[in-house]
Amino acid sequence: MTELTSLTIAEARDGLNKKEFSASELAESHIVAMEASRDLNAFITETPEIALERAREADVRFGNGKPLSAMDGIPVAIKDLFATEGVLTTAASHILDGFTPAYESTVSANLRASGAVMLGKTNLDEFAMGSANITSYYGNVKNPWKASSGKNAGKDLVPGGSSGGSAAAVASNIAMAATGTDTGGSIRQPASFTGIVGLKPTYGRCSRWGTVAFASSLDQAGPMTKTVRDSAIMLQAMAGHDAKDSTSADMKLPDFESALTGDIRGLKVGVPSEYRIDGMDPEIIAIWDKGIEWLKSAGAEIIDVSLPTTKYALPTYYIVAPAEASANLARYDGVRFGLRVPGESLDDMYMNTRGEGFGAEVKRRILIGAYVLSAGYYDAYYLKAQRVRTLIAEDFKKAFAKVDVLLTPTAPSAAFAIGEKQDDPIAMYLNDIFTVPTSLAGLPGISVPAGLNNDGLPLGLQLIGRAFDEETLLRAADVLETAANFTHQAGGK
Amino acid sequence: MSIDRETVKKIAYLARIRVEDSQLDPLAGEISGIMDWIEQLSELDTNGVEPMASVAAMTLPMRKDAVTDGNCRDSVLKNAPDGEDGFFAVPKVVE
Repeated sequence: MTELTSLTIAEARDGLNKKEFSASELAESHIVAMEASRDLNAFITETPEIALERAREADVRFGNGKPLSAMDGIPVAIKDLFATEGVLTTAASHILDGFTPAYESTVSANLRASGAVMLGKTNLDEFAMGSANITSYYGNVKNPWKASSGKNAGKDLVPGGSSGGSAAAVASNIAMAATGTDTGGSIRQPASFTGIVGLKPTYGRCSRWGTVAFASSLDQAGPMTKTVRDSAIMLQAMAGHDAKDSTSADMKLPDFESALTGDIRGLKVGVPSEYRIDGMDPEIIAIWDKGIEWLKSAGAEIIDVSLPTTKYALPTYYIVAPAEASANLARYDGVRFGLRVPGESLDDMYMNTRGEGFGAEVKRRILIGAYVLSAGYYDAYYLKAQRVRTLIAEDFKKAFAKVDVLLTPTAPSAAFAIGEKQDDPIAMYLNDIFTVPTSLAGLPGISVPAGLNNDGLPLGLQLIGRAFDEETLLRAADVLETAANFTHQAGGK
Repeated sequence: MSIDRETVKKIAYLARIRVEDSQLDPLAGEISGIMDWIEQLSELDTNGVEPMASVAAMTLPMRKDAVTDGNCRDSVLKNAPDGEDGFFAVPKVVE
């Protein structure tokens, strides 16, 4: 029999239903893998007892022939940005020291209600602010992939970020799948860096309730999985209307897995010329061209489109996201939860707590946010950015009048070495150049592993869909995945 | 440099974040670099363009003005670094 940890959700579901193995055996094998791979630092908190208990409950249900859903008994990792009842929730920040929520986020509660088994809480960039998982208070996460040649051969590489722990856990077969959150690319870019599938759903598809807020108009939870089919299955369990999130979409969920027909004949695929940026890595262009060919061979019609405001998306994002973050992170005041650093006065206590509790990148973004929102600058920066955001959304609207999905690279490079770009915030921000526009427009995007570069590192391609049309997006992604036939495993497994 | 050390000091106070004096100049440099890069937005003519606050094409839903939870004081206070008699405790604010 194949190793249980190498199974996909769809395979495990079939095996559980046929009683080839139990949910407890699945959980145990993944716990062993989790403990054996601690050097990756993918987890902030491991919860093996919870996993075994929930797996035993799942086995009872399978014994009665009544599994809860396709996710029943599936071992998953939860990004440590989702509040989990009775389990330390840190957002990878010192300022949330010891925070143990008395409630469960809607997304993790939905997964739990579908029978999914939580293995633990995964590492991330502090408050999900970063693209390399190097800003966590709990240390860097290592990418399970290593370059076989080139300047980074043998070095420890970043897994991408901010959902770096989730990505590393799935790529190294520690977790069968994981939750991520994506504000400007935090699901898709790490998925690309680690050779897995990462889906950012339409804004409003998954409830934000109980998820530590970064930028509320952008934050969206989504699945990180080994296959496109698994993303469809897991999204089904995570998504749905929630009255506790006023921006949660009150729409009936389609059956995402049944959208995977394998047939994209006649599908119109847009290729945005503005994503072919100056000085782009020729290997990224090559994999993109391959993707275009694959979809064409599968019967899609390729159409050139223009998204003229693309180059302004990143600077827009770096006004909108820090502004919202500075407001959201005002709640960390040393009074209600987490760290308190004493001070002479209340103000002193606030300043000491926040000065010590936040890391450098988080502070930088809060300060930028406070600046662009401050008196005299609001119109010049924040309002301006909101207007540009309208133009970016209109670009997509015009494109989607002509096409059904867009195909682009996910990230401008493969995974880089830990320490690289560390001192240059803008170079780091450029990681999200292809993912941020989608986030600003609230559209769904998915990264699919497409191939390896010359140094043996995975490269992903991104498909972008219409709002609330994850079905078409997943259908196209499934065909792209089949054509790419990416069977490589991290660590040369 | 668009942001000087005094400005950093001011916004750090607005954000209630203690920044050591030795950090003011490096932070001013970093934030200036980012703001100068953001400045490219001024090339774009946005006259008459409506600002977008949310991508959700919906009006905020209304709900009944009714109490839906409560009686959970202890679990609300459970994570507080300091508390007394069922209240959050903070340093003295009134002389």
